[in-house]
Amino acid sequence: MSAIQEVVTEAPAVEAVPKRAMTLGAGTSLVMLAVLLLVPLLVKNFIIFQLTMLLIYGLAVLALNILTGGSGQFSLGQSAFYAVGAYTSAILMEHAGINYALTLPVAGVICFVFGFLFGLPALRLSGVYLALATFALATAMPQLLKLGYFEYWTGGVQGLVVTKPDAPFGLPMSQDMWLYYFTLVVTIAIYICSVNLLRSRSGRAFMAIRDNEIAASAMGIDVSLYKTLAFGVSAGITGVAGGLGAIAVQFVAPDSYTITLAISLFLGMVVGGVGWLPGSIVGSAFIIFVPNIAEGISKGLSGAVFGVLLFLVIFLVPHGARQVAIVAQQLIGKLRKN
Amino acid sequence: MTAMLNVRDLRAYYGQVQALHGLEFGLNEGSMTTLLGANGAGKTTTLRAICNMVRSTGAIEFEGASLAGRTTENIVRLGIAHVPQGRGTFTTMTVEENLQLGAITRKDKAGVVSDIERMYDHFPVLKERHTQQAGTLSGGEQQMLAVARALMLRPRLMLLDEPSFGLAPLIVRDLFKILGKINREDKVTILVVEQNAQLALELADTAYVIETGRIVMSGNAAEIANNEDVRKSYLGY
Amino acid sequence: MELFFNQILAGISTGAIYACMALAVVMIYQAIDHLNFAQGEMAMFSTFISWQLMQWGVPYWGAFVLTLGLSFLGGIAIERLLFKPLAKAPILTNVAGFIALYAIVNSVAGLIWDFTIKQYPTPFGSHPFLGSQLISTHQAGMIGVTILLLIGLYFFFQFTRMGLAMRAAASLPESARLVGINTSWMIALGWGMAAAIGSIAGMMIAPVVFLEPNMMLGVLIYGFAAAVLGGLTSPFGAVVGGFLVGIFENLVGTYIPGVGNELKLPIALALIITVLVIKPAGLFGRPIVKRV
Repeated sequence: MSAIQEVVTEAPAVEAVPKRAMTLGAGTSLVMLAVLLLVPLLVKNFIIFQLTMLLIYGLAVLALNILTGGSGQFSLGQSAFYAVGAYTSAILMEHAGINYALTLPVAGVICFVFGFLFGLPALRLSGVYLALATFALATAMPQLLKLGYFEYWTGGVQGLVVTKPDAPFGLPMSQDMWLYYFTLVVTIAIYICSVNLLRSRSGRAFMAIRDNEIAASAMGIDVSLYKTLAFGVSAGITGVAGGLGAIAVQFVAPDSYTITLAISLFLGMVVGGVGWLPGSIVGSAFIIFVPNIAEGISKGLSGAVFGVLLFLVIFLVPHGARQVAIVAQQLIGKLRKN
Repeated sequence: MTAMLNVRDLRAYYGQVQALHGLEFGLNEGSMTTLLGANGAGKTTTLRAICNMVRSTGAIEFEGASLAGRTTENIVRLGIAHVPQGRGTFTTMTVEENLQLGAITRKDKAGVVSDIERMYDHFPVLKERHTQQAGTLSGGEQQMLAVARALMLRPRLMLLDEPSFGLAPLIVRDLFKILGKINREDKVTILVVEQNAQLALELADTAYVIETGRIVMSGNAAEIANNEDVRKSYLGY
Repeated sequence: MELFFNQILAGISTGAIYACMALAVVMIYQAIDHLNFAQGEMAMFSTFISWQLMQWGVPYWGAFVLTLGLSFLGGIAIERLLFKPLAKAPILTNVAGFIALYAIVNSVAGLIWDFTIKQYPTPFGSHPFLGSQLISTHQAGMIGVTILLLIGLYFFFQFTRMGLAMRAAASLPESARLVGINTSWMIALGWGMAAAIGSIAGMMIAPVVFLEPNMMLGVLIYGFAAAVLGGLTSPFGAVVGGFLVGIFENLVGTYIPGVGNELKLPIALALIITVLVIKPAGLFGRPIVKRV
């Protein structure tokens, strides 16, 4: 052992997930893809809408996974980026008449810049301090959206109504179904790009920073650049998710994007498995469906039931869905041997 | 002489990786023993296994009592002090607080106070710096503090993991002289893990050589030091 | 000028609330090296218990002491039952656990005592303190209690064996075990103490913000911010931080135009973060030197 002994041993707050473990194998991916393509053909519109939201929140959790699981920075402020993306799309669609699909890249870029800029002062903060800073951002956002100065654009406290697009070229499908497939394409594209990002040199830089920032810096990695990049990318993806969310839900309002959303996304990341990109959709499913289940079990104690269910999940699988996947993989391996 | 510490068939694991493969050795009461070997041979793992800081199987007996299933802190309370690699100094606390912590399990207040004075006699530099934050001490001073802290336990057995690491040779000589004194006068059995074989063999009476998780040589320290073949094959000098 | 001075004074008196909460936050940080989001809820629950005891006829100070003891035991119980199993899990999973605890405590409190606002008594009376319009006797009492708590904690950590052991266990758990300290129990004790301190904070705060399940929400955030501002390793810093946060909050509300109640929080937080960017370990925190 070398000089690394002398470090004031602070175990890395985010546990290291090896690069190859951050994604699914090819076989499982194809199965997932098939399921995602076929299920909407079998269910009612409202369920399709919920599936769309599943993908959208999955995107947001994915973004957080890149930031926290990838580069080791905490954020309790993703709801702010989601809100900016949502409002960007809404304002462009309703005030400027721009086509919904085109608003998404704009939302992405604006949020990227926003995230990058936020990442700059955040460089000096880490761990609990960064969490607090992002928390401040998340609590500020709804209030900023309500401000009188912006009311013409944002619709103030009431927010804006967003027009849901029809399927193009007169295709014979409902708005919900079209929007689902549109979202699916966007999600898959972003997922593939994210996987490639994490496998690339930049991805390795992120993970080096996550595991040991000082060592990464000593190896010549421009820590500041990569940390702010990570924030930017994460914010950008969240912004796209926000834009999609605005279109799917058909309105934007300040109180839809509170700290509760940020906390939910955080929980989604933990349940899915921090740093495990495919887990994002499991996490998303948790945060969409479990609160409803909790309310179904007990209206008066819905919060308590949710808490208990959450505890159950983290007791059984402290490392999230990734743990389940690893166990499944080992079982399949054993079965193959026999 | 009865063996104070008896290790039988010790296997230790870091996750899936096995680091010790059936280690066996014994320490006689009052002896000064050194455990030598190259980097990665398993020396530190052995000490950690004794204190249950790493997953292991096998039988470890201390003064007749089995250590199996005991937590680290309970093993320490039996009278085994462990000065870990990197010293484990409480850097944010003062020198004196570090010494008090060494004695935190003792009930005799007066004894603790007089022992602290004795430590200052052994290591005058610690007295000079006794209100300073331990993290501001030099490497050598921190090592002395770590040894002093271990002694505050009034241990029957002291385990030291590479005490010479990162220290200038003169300081190491001084430290080893003090260890010898403690072994003879305070009757503390000592097991020193070292990479610096030459110095360790001068200090100890018995030596074990470990290689990839197994004991490959054991015997009188002076004999091993004088055996050129052994030195060349196992100790590299 | 007089307005400014008055706002400072008012800020100090609201700041006492945050200082009290911040002490509990630092307490648990000392024990477990992170922040527990459910602490505010635990304090709220304790306060409700004291209220219930008083409803059943127990006099104020009796209820106070009983609640203190029950909270201490409750904190230990929660740690042993819910968080000891998570000790080997990643930190983020533990944070999820805190969030789950928050949800449970808040929901149960709402069910038992419902969400209507209740009056909560103060042992100090609510008259103007020494004739001042800005500080009431209760607020002065609150400041007094906070300072007493601080002194008590200081003595505990600096001069008692248990305090030394707890500090050691928090700072370097492995080394602490090597001197014979049962680090697992130190954590449980830390939780117990934090719960007890939180209950005191709750019982001091309730007369001002009125008793209801969501009363601690804003207070907890400010408490965190105050603790972080003061430096998470310093109880003294936490108290100073609390007063400073109270002052910030008041000055922001008074002097920055267009800022209603809702924006006070993020602006105060932004100010605190600015301080942190300049002094990352907080005002009184010990900078952690990372040597490689």
